[in-house]
Amino acid sequence: MTELTELTVAAIRKGVAGGDFTAVEVAEAFNANVAAASELNAFIVATPEKAVEAAQAVDAKRAKGEDLGKMGGVPIGMKDLFATNGVQTTAASHMLEGFVPQYESTVSQKLWDAGAGMLGKLNLDQFAMGSSNETSYFGNVISPWRRKDGGNADLAPGGSSGGSSSAVSARLCPAATGTDTGGSIRQPAAFTGITGIKPTYGRCSRWGVVAFASSLDQAGPMARDVTDCAIMLEAMAGFDPKDSTSLDMPVPEWEAGLNPDMKGKKVGIPREYRMDGMDPEILKSWDDGIAWLKDAGAEVVDISLPHTKYALPAYYIIAPAEASSNLARYDGVRYGLRDLPEGAGLQDMYAATRADGFGPEVKRRIMIGTYVLSAGFYDAYYNQAQKVRALIARDFEQAWSQCDVILAPTCPSAAFALGDKTSDPLSMYLNDVFAVPASLAGLPAMSVPAGLNSEGLPLGLQIIGKAFDEQGVLNAGLAIEQRAGFTAKPEAWWK
Amino acid sequence: MSVDKATVAKIASLARIRMDDAACDAMVPELNQILGWVEQLGEVDVTGVEPMTAVIPNTLRLRDDVVDADPLTGGGVRDKVLANAPAPEHGFFGVPKVIE
Repeated sequence: MTELTELTVAAIRKGVAGGDFTAVEVAEAFNANVAAASELNAFIVATPEKAVEAAQAVDAKRAKGEDLGKMGGVPIGMKDLFATNGVQTTAASHMLEGFVPQYESTVSQKLWDAGAGMLGKLNLDQFAMGSSNETSYFGNVISPWRRKDGGNADLAPGGSSGGSSSAVSARLCPAATGTDTGGSIRQPAAFTGITGIKPTYGRCSRWGVVAFASSLDQAGPMARDVTDCAIMLEAMAGFDPKDSTSLDMPVPEWEAGLNPDMKGKKVGIPREYRMDGMDPEILKSWDDGIAWLKDAGAEVVDISLPHTKYALPAYYIIAPAEASSNLARYDGVRYGLRDLPEGAGLQDMYAATRADGFGPEVKRRIMIGTYVLSAGFYDAYYNQAQKVRALIARDFEQAWSQCDVILAPTCPSAAFALGDKTSDPLSMYLNDVFAVPASLAGLPAMSVPAGLNSEGLPLGLQIIGKAFDEQGVLNAGLAIEQRAGFTAKPEAWWK
Repeated sequence: MSVDKATVAKIASLARIRMDDAACDAMVPELNQILGWVEQLGEVDVTGVEPMTAVIPNTLRLRDDVVDADPLTGGGVRDKVLANAPAPEHGFFGVPKVIE
């Protein structure tokens, strides 16, 4: 029989619907892979019984001849930022350790309604703040990939959706949810040779997703190929009255609309993304991408996004500012950790709880956010950043008069080793230099694998599209995927 | 602009994060490095530019003005609201005494 854990979402769905295997067989195969991969630390909690229970429901539906849904019989991993009814939801923090939501996030509920089952809750950077999955209270996630130098250094799976990227590339799940605030879907996807898309801001409901920076946070799928991302995004997206910024628009049929023919399409190459001292292997993969899209029929045009270099500093004002407001809710009163020192008053309880409950990176960002929003500094920092953000969005608006999609690298480097950048927050932040502009402008953007570098590590290419044009992004991604022929996968050293 | 230890202590107090002397000392260079870097935004000419308030143009909706317009976010779920409280008491959130 086919090895079930090698199958894509589309193949699992087809096989279950066609009776080649049962949904329970699929769930059990992935449950076994999850159980054997504790060394990767990709899951905070495994929920094998949930996966089997959902699979049994799908098999029962099939027996009755009912529709199995867009994700019928597909077990997935759920980033532990999504509230799941009755299952601990931590945002990888001590603050929320033991927090058991009494409700289900809109996105996860939609996935269960579409026939998916839950293999477990995936590790991440604490409160989604990080680019290497080294800020989790529950320990680092390890990438299944290793350099081919034989050194066996543990590599970063990217972040913040590092549990998701590690699990999908290690075949612990065929797909997983991610969230992207400033690259947290795309960068981990690139680091691990998988595919991930952040849709237009507002496509996926934020209701029940632990908030980091609300004007940027957006959920999306991470899977092995473009088709699977299209399938899963369709199941996740849709208007939700419980999210005030949810887009009240129908969900397009992205899967049915997939078309890798780029004839008549213009692909913009932003000259400002070609930075001094860039890794020649990244430049080469970018050139490969350009050649592939030309081969698919696209016309390639040089474009300018003049404020690119200011995107990252603007992001590191705006995101911490929003985080400092959002995370004010963790006060030891209503849920989560409470630290009440002997004889302490209310204010002391707040301060002690927050000192214990937040990790160093989260504190750093809350401190920056509090500072840039404080009296006397608001205009110089926060307001200036919001003006620069408007200019970055305008840059993209102007680019769309010349092109339909934009092609760029996802990251400035391949995966780095765990510990390499932890002593210098700035060097870690710089990893998101290519991802952040699209986030600030709320645009759909995806990463697809382009190939391996000379160390044997995956590199990703990023496609950025117009607002609401996920289809254009997916199609360009598919054109690249078909030509890149990326089939590499990590050796299962952890088994 | 750069911050000193007294400023860090003040921010920590505003952010309600207890920080001892050593933690404040450690935070000073970290914050200064990041603030020094974001200062480059000052060189951007933003004359006539309105700060962005909504990334995708969208009108904020109003919920129907009725009780429990959406049962999920409505009332009548006291026990669920209290289920994760560290110290629920008599159907309320318990906190340390705040009046003398």
